[in-house]
Amino acid sequence: MRVVLAEDLHLLREGLVALLRAHGFDVVAAVESGPELLAALIGERPDVAVVDVRLPPTFTDEGLQAVLAARRQVPGLPVLVLSQHVEQLYARELLADGSGGVGYLLKDRVFNAEQFVDAVRRVASGGTAMDPEVIARLLASNARNEPLGRLTPREREVLELMAEGRSNAAIAQRLFLSDSAVGKHTASIFAKLGLAPSDDDNRRVLAVLAFLNSK
Amino acid sequence: MTPLRPTLTALARGAALAGLALLSLAAGLAMLTAVVLTFLLGLVIVFPPAVRLARAVTRWQRELAARWSGVRIDDPYRPAPPPPVPQADGWYRDGRTLYKRPTIPAFNQRWNWMSRDPATWRDFAFLLSAPVAGGLVVAAPPLAVAYGVARAAGGDPAIGAAVILLAAIGARWYAPWAVRVHGRVAAALLGPTEKARLAQRVSRLDAARTEVVDAQAAELRRIERDLHDGAQARLVAIGMTIGAAEQLLESDPQAARALLGKAREASATALQEIRRLVRGIHPPVLAERGLGDAVRALALDSPLRTHVTVDLPERASAPLESAAYFAVSELLANAARHGDATEAWVDVSAQGSALRVTVTDDGRGGADPERGTGLRGIERRLGAFDGVLAVNSPAGGPTTAVVELPRAFRAKPAPTTPWRYFGRLCWVLWPIALFPQGLIAMVFKLVDSPVKSWFLGLHVPEPFQWPVIVGMIALGGGLLAVALTTTVRGGQTEDGACG
Repeated sequence: MRVVLAEDLHLLREGLVALLRAHGFDVVAAVESGPELLAALIGERPDVAVVDVRLPPTFTDEGLQAVLAARRQVPGLPVLVLSQHVEQLYARELLADGSGGVGYLLKDRVFNAEQFVDAVRRVASGGTAMDPEVIARLLASNARNEPLGRLTPREREVLELMAEGRSNAAIAQRLFLSDSAVGKHTASIFAKLGLAPSDDDNRRVLAVLAFLNSK
Repeated sequence: MTPLRPTLTALARGAALAGLALLSLAAGLAMLTAVVLTFLLGLVIVFPPAVRLARAVTRWQRELAARWSGVRIDDPYRPAPPPPVPQADGWYRDGRTLYKRPTIPAFNQRWNWMSRDPATWRDFAFLLSAPVAGGLVVAAPPLAVAYGVARAAGGDPAIGAAVILLAAIGARWYAPWAVRVHGRVAAALLGPTEKARLAQRVSRLDAARTEVVDAQAAELRRIERDLHDGAQARLVAIGMTIGAAEQLLESDPQAARALLGKAREASATALQEIRRLVRGIHPPVLAERGLGDAVRALALDSPLRTHVTVDLPERASAPLESAAYFAVSELLANAARHGDATEAWVDVSAQGSALRVTVTDDGRGGADPERGTGLRGIERRLGAFDGVLAVNSPAGGPTTAVVELPRAFRAKPAPTTPWRYFGRLCWVLWPIALFPQGLIAMVFKLVDSPVKSWFLGLHVPEPFQWPVIVGMIALGGGLLAVALTTTVRGGQTEDGACG
């Protein structure tokens, strides 16, 4: 699987390259600035890109801007964005085109190599990987919203994992539930939130996020 | 007859202002007497009461100017001196002299405060010139009517009636204008001079700076403590844990692995703490995207349904953005915490060169800046930039808070420039029209002088001589009024643009 990597901190860049190579990824470009990143994304057309939000030369949201520009030219280009802090605003911008293949994680998540690589694979296959912190803040700011208040605590847990981009099987494993129990919970959540049930992982994440964002 | 009421009101106000002008003259003469007594005979004791009287009358003028003429005139006086404080031994020091009782040092302070304040002398000038400067302008219609009545009583009913009728018709346009002009003339002398304004601003900024420096020092201490007790301590622990794992690597790989896992968890916690700290110092989204998107991000994180509108020409400076951001953050948090609100509206826009942020919520109101420490904190933060917070929060809601930060954006070139040149031209021309061409020509005409000089009114054919002379006097008065009003107005717009 071909990966483009953008990270300005040398140590972290090398670390990420090593980690990805160790898990069988082919790092075709490891760049350190916004313009280089955009060129690499358009030129290499990688299977997935792992990108730091803040990059030179401006050290603002250069990385995010490059990714959004690239996805306008190549719709659905899978990108996993890493950042020292997460903002619902940026998550919304990444999800706005609705074509999936988007990840948005705190840099700390790299600590757990297994989960990180799992997220990269999920994004590469067109799925979603949202940081639990984004989801937590999304839910906190919607806590008073009427339909969310009707969910049971267990359903809320399932919803959080669903919004992170996890499949029913992964959720079942995480919460020590049977697949069918998770299926029942998801059906109930979709019913309470008034969303059409769907099997497609990515579509259902987008539906959940669209609902949460529609306040 | 709809215009009748405003005309009558303006006429009544004009008459009242003319009466006040006479009162001012009386106060001015009283002060003149006091000044003569003080400086020629050394009767200093009469000076402070005279100044008090002058200030009372001019305060009245300022109030009326604000209420009737729509011209706000700020108090120009320096702040009153504090009462004298005794030394440790109970004596009062004034310069090199010691006093047993505070009476004389207090008097000396008051004397200095009053006699050295230019505003005292400007007040004096206003009182003496009030009947001529603004008084005549507002008194013109009543005077014309009185003249008409006098002519009518003197056996000239036709001319008398014509004059009264003309005055009545003209008053409809003239009277409201005259009241406005009177206010502007008063503002020219009674308002603070640029110097006094600056002095007041310096003392305000001085107080704000002290507060900000204190608050900043406290903030830095808090950050230092947080780093010291939090992230720094955790990094030490992580280092020790990794060291221990290193030693165990050979002998007990299982234990080493467990220690490394712990180190990883500790580093994640340290990161979380630093992240929270950074958010409080300067939110990353503010640095990356500017105020507009930072406020949108705040709105997304707020439990209230928040609507944001942003209309800014450019990014303001980072400290200003930061002050505005934390103000919005605090106001939204307040609305969610205390106000029982469900919905909020945030509007960020430029008002001229100022940045204005309005936060409205549908909560139950009753927010009071005097009581809430949060609101006080916002005010302190804004004070460093000359910014202000206005909160309107009636019990029962809704609450509207307006934050305004001046000089946030580059000012547009003032559009008043041609007007100001015109005003300057008027300043040059009005004495020429009023004195030589008007009043002096009138004197020449009255005494039937053979000298005609360069007075236009004496060169034209006989039937036009009086109209030209009267016209010149009116022209001079009009030019003076235009000169005063354009300069005062020009000053105000300039003031609005830069402070």
